[in-house]
Amino acid sequence: MLHLLLRRIAASIVTLTLISVVAFFLIELPPGDFVDSYVSKKTQGGDIITQEEISEMRSRLGLDRPVYVRYFKWVGNLVRGDFGFSWEYRRPVSDVLAERLPLTFILAFTTLIFTYMIAVPMGIFSAVRQYSLGDHAITILGYVGLALPQFVFALILMYLGHLWFGASVGGLFSPEFEDAPWSVAKGLDMLAHIWIPVIVLGTAGTAFQLRTMRAVLLDELNKMYVIAARASGLSEFRLLMKYPVRMALNPIIATLGWELSHIISGAPIVGLVLSLPDTGPLFINSLLNQDMYLAGTMILIYCALVVIGTFLSDILLMIMDPRIRIGGVS
Amino acid sequence: MIFKKKKNEIRRMDLASYWQLVWWRFRRHRMALIGGILLGMFLLITLFCEFLSPYGPHSRNTKYTQGSLMGIHFFDEDFNFHLRPFVYARVNKRDPVTFRLKAEVDTSRQWPIQFFVEGEPYKLWGLFEARIRLFGTEEGFVHLFGTDQLGRDVFSRILYATRTSLSVGAIGVFFAFVLGLIMGGIAGYMGGTVDEFIMRLIEFIRSIPTLPLWLALAAALPREWSALKVYIAVTVILACIGWTNLARRVRSRLLSLRTEEFILAARLSGCSGSRIISRHMLPSFLSYLIVDLTISFPYIILAETSLSFLGLGLREPIISWGVLLFSAQNVRSIVHMPWLLLPSLFVVAAVLAFNFLGDGLRDAADPFAK
Repeated sequence: MLHLLLRRIAASIVTLTLISVVAFFLIELPPGDFVDSYVSKKTQGGDIITQEEISEMRSRLGLDRPVYVRYFKWVGNLVRGDFGFSWEYRRPVSDVLAERLPLTFILAFTTLIFTYMIAVPMGIFSAVRQYSLGDHAITILGYVGLALPQFVFALILMYLGHLWFGASVGGLFSPEFEDAPWSVAKGLDMLAHIWIPVIVLGTAGTAFQLRTMRAVLLDELNKMYVIAARASGLSEFRLLMKYPVRMALNPIIATLGWELSHIISGAPIVGLVLSLPDTGPLFINSLLNQDMYLAGTMILIYCALVVIGTFLSDILLMIMDPRIRIGGVS
Repeated sequence: MIFKKKKNEIRRMDLASYWQLVWWRFRRHRMALIGGILLGMFLLITLFCEFLSPYGPHSRNTKYTQGSLMGIHFFDEDFNFHLRPFVYARVNKRDPVTFRLKAEVDTSRQWPIQFFVEGEPYKLWGLFEARIRLFGTEEGFVHLFGTDQLGRDVFSRILYATRTSLSVGAIGVFFAFVLGLIMGGIAGYMGGTVDEFIMRLIEFIRSIPTLPLWLALAAALPREWSALKVYIAVTVILACIGWTNLARRVRSRLLSLRTEEFILAARLSGCSGSRIISRHMLPSFLSYLIVDLTISFPYIILAETSLSFLGLGLREPIISWGVLLFSAQNVRSIVHMPWLLLPSLFVVAAVLAFNFLGDGLRDAADPFAK
């Protein structure tokens, strides 16, 4: 068990290293560097900048060094908690992110919990009552949930919210709490608002997991051990929960990392449409303005979240499934 | 054996060719059939959008800006039936409070809809000059889905956007397909370390949240590029991340095919490698590949729509579903003009159609399975 855990940690670190390379590549990707854009901004303002000043600036910022040197410098700063400088906000990236990142975390993990809370019971129902009216309804819902782009879903909810409640349903807080420090009242206020982004973000994933749950459970229900258990007189509900459901949960838990990846993938665009005070709008703006240090850091953080999610799912699998725990079979 | 076949009975099933079996099996899926028909309609729109749309995608009707939907009527106010459908006339009136011109329905006058009318000139597929459009009006105008801020016909624009969105999807899927075929083929054929490396690479790419990666790549495109260049770049970007699924499937199919007995038989009877691939492997492979293509289509469409919706993908003057939805980005414009959300209906319909068709094809691809 310990051996397995250590191996998973090592794998996560390797993945994170690779991701940092990708993030750095993205930062470097747009043509021209910071000095170019700085110079063009200055000269537009009427300032005159000599070639010497430009090259001096480059060497001071280390932009004239080879790519790998810059990469290691960037990674070294990362480890020390320095994520670079956001040119758009004229503040260090870590400052810009500090106030918004917790909300992204809360949103992602609330959505994850919501997804499983809905998908697992509905999947069980759908499998046990196969071809019933409820099963068909759930199937149709699942199809539409997968086909509807999240931002369209958000727009429709906002439109309906406007029609029915007359107010904008965007944001995470009521106006009076927006700048208030964290308190119980603010937390409750957030809970009253968070369900819209959670539903928008979670529907596609719920639909997907529901279908997985239904399919796997249907397979399990036909197996001999179910008949054996039924023959020995176990009540139908206990039988269901004790054996087939437990088996069917395995693939669901194993895909927890992917699920988190899907949620995070959709979060920026939904955050923008619903004007949430999380990192979503920040990320998209940084991309639109090619503020690449901020964008690269955001990608790194998003990926790190996924890595954490995958790690969590591995541990959960170990807890749930004794075969993996004892045998070390993954 | 309990269920013994009667001696001389020859069933239709036994004589049918592979593709006949596929078709019979596919026909049983009602949803897949509906999906197929829907996609056929989309294909027609893609091919003939100039002819089907009453107006050009950029022509503006200054008399009817931000105009709402215009319903087609067969019955007038007094329940008289008209064989030729009509729309009620619109008149511009000044709002007594805001003094803004506002179009109002005038039920006393009707604008009958004509078919095969002469409309704005256009070039079909950029080749043939023509003026005939499927429908239109001789007096007044007809905007089935209303108009946008600039008075452009939303219905026509959606039809033109269908062409762009589906072509981006097709080209993106094609690129992804080629990449997936090459990478999956190498992995499945070489095996060993190369296979291991490619599989790890795929796993890695899949662990990165796709949309942020797509967005970041699209954002890195130079701003001064022309719309056409951006169009090509966007399809390539979509393909760069979309190939992983296809590669995995190609690899696993190759691996399982390699150990099939009929391949061994072909090898034993002295077939050359290229003949085994083209004559024996490819046919049993092709149907699966078509299924994979169908299933990966919606992902590309959704990705393109999301990118363009954020202003990071395609832009005007090229219009796709995402570009159209770009103007519906904030609540204020949706509350004013809810019909700007109509393109999303087409997105959902296309994605659903592809999913249903894919499900049906997946079953039909292996007609010998029970």
